[in-house]
Amino acid sequence: MSAFLAVIGRDLRLATRVGGDALTLVLFFVMVGVIVPFAIGPDRAQLARLAPGIVWIAAFLSMLLGLDRLFRTDHEDGSLQAFRHAGLSLEAIVLAKVMAHWLTTALPLVIATPLLAVMLSMDGDTFWRTLLSLVLGTPGLLAFGAVGAAVTVSLKRGGLLAPVLILPLSIPILIFGVGAITAVAAPGASQQALLFLAGLSLMAVAFTPFAAALALRLSGD
Amino acid sequence: MSTPLATPKLNWFSQIANPGRFLAWSKPIIVPLAVATALVFAVGLWFAFFNSPADYQMGDTVRIMYIHVPTAWLSQFVYATMFFSAIGTLVWRHPLADVSAKAAAPMGAAFTAMALFTGALWGRPTWGTFWEWDGRMTSTLILLLIYLGIIALWRTFEDQLRAARVIAVVTLVGAINIPIIKFSVDWWNTLHQPTSVLRLDGPTMPGSILTPLLVMTLAFTLLFITLHVQRMRTEILRRRVSTLERQRVMMAES
Amino acid sequence: MIALGQHADFIIWAYAGVTLGTLALIGVVIVQARMVNARLKTLEAQGIRRRSGRSA
Repeated sequence: MSAFLAVIGRDLRLATRVGGDALTLVLFFVMVGVIVPFAIGPDRAQLARLAPGIVWIAAFLSMLLGLDRLFRTDHEDGSLQAFRHAGLSLEAIVLAKVMAHWLTTALPLVIATPLLAVMLSMDGDTFWRTLLSLVLGTPGLLAFGAVGAAVTVSLKRGGLLAPVLILPLSIPILIFGVGAITAVAAPGASQQALLFLAGLSLMAVAFTPFAAALALRLSGD
Repeated sequence: MSTPLATPKLNWFSQIANPGRFLAWSKPIIVPLAVATALVFAVGLWFAFFNSPADYQMGDTVRIMYIHVPTAWLSQFVYATMFFSAIGTLVWRHPLADVSAKAAAPMGAAFTAMALFTGALWGRPTWGTFWEWDGRMTSTLILLLIYLGIIALWRTFEDQLRAARVIAVVTLVGAINIPIIKFSVDWWNTLHQPTSVLRLDGPTMPGSILTPLLVMTLAFTLLFITLHVQRMRTEILRRRVSTLERQRVMMAES
Repeated sequence: MIALGQHADFIIWAYAGVTLGTLALIGVVIVQARMVNARLKTLEAQGIRRRSGRSA
């Protein structure tokens, strides 16, 4: 357990030390919210109606952009090799890194959501549901992303490929994430979506470390 | 290249699946397969254009179904081929499995694209639009994206052996995800489209429509099998050429 | 041939597109096979053989 926490702590320290790197992603997230009205017009009613989808797209894109960071520096400085022979299993290390990554990339996004809510004229009830769906959905998003990052870690120009690989697989999270907020027309649909979202995230976090660890081992052979 | 074999059954399999042996026994079957494919296509097309009725709901556009359903079926069948190849790669490190996975991917993408193309052309006279975000078409589109991502991976890895193993993992993860994607897309679709979509299989599908459908499906499947075997041969030979060219360079240097 | 009905255009375009795509696919497979075989023949002509001595 202490080894597990040590990996999380290491990644947290590295992320904050490298400077405002994680904050850059938050900036990107907010900027997507800023540019949308320029693209679709400032009509508040329309913005409010589309706000949950826009917030989720912004979060989606930000998460995809941040994927490469998960394993690349470790790959480049040899830590990955060390991890493979560490006392803690590689799967556990991947899980620890995903958790640390969530804390440094998804959590700031969630904290920045009120900014988007205001800019997109989201009402209070919708805002809280958006927050909940982001908190439940981003772990799953990161978990799938970890597989993409692991698969492309040994490729020099693989940075763009990971988002391309992961996007189709993450569509269910997007569907249920937005559905949890907006599916109020059909009775019980949004609770259903929330449940599916939570379940999907949980399964993803539980199982993708195995796929990611396998991909890391195979990439490194 | 052969792993320690536990049972005589594996022994037999591993014998015919050895790349060298594969080249030997696959060479004489290509032409017969191609001929069979052409014949079945001829029969299917005859049925489609000369011997089948219009559908009671859709009219003559049902004939588009005779190429839409087979290509859609292939888009999944080819992925299943990649799935079993991936297992072969990861569990047995089988070189033929690597080759099979690599050969199948572009064809899977091609057939999926054709399924979307024919689906759009069928949709326009039926629904009024070329594209409708209904459950099946959307899932097929997502499948195409998965194929394209995998093809991109094959092209980005320099080491093809490593590529095969890593892509096998991606293929398996994709396979597990596909049912989840289907489920979520159907859920999303019922949310936004309460009206039911016209389906080919109405109350019952009459035999006069089922027959051309099955024949064309068989024709397309034979087409894939023929092309797949040929592409595997080409890939094996291509790897041999690489080895020989490297040998030539080493000989020149010595 | 049976009459194709009012939406004949769509039917024709669908079949044309798929025929084109299928022929292109077959064409690519054949061309690639020929190219590899040509390279193999060149190498064999230069006397480079696989260490097992077996040719393609």
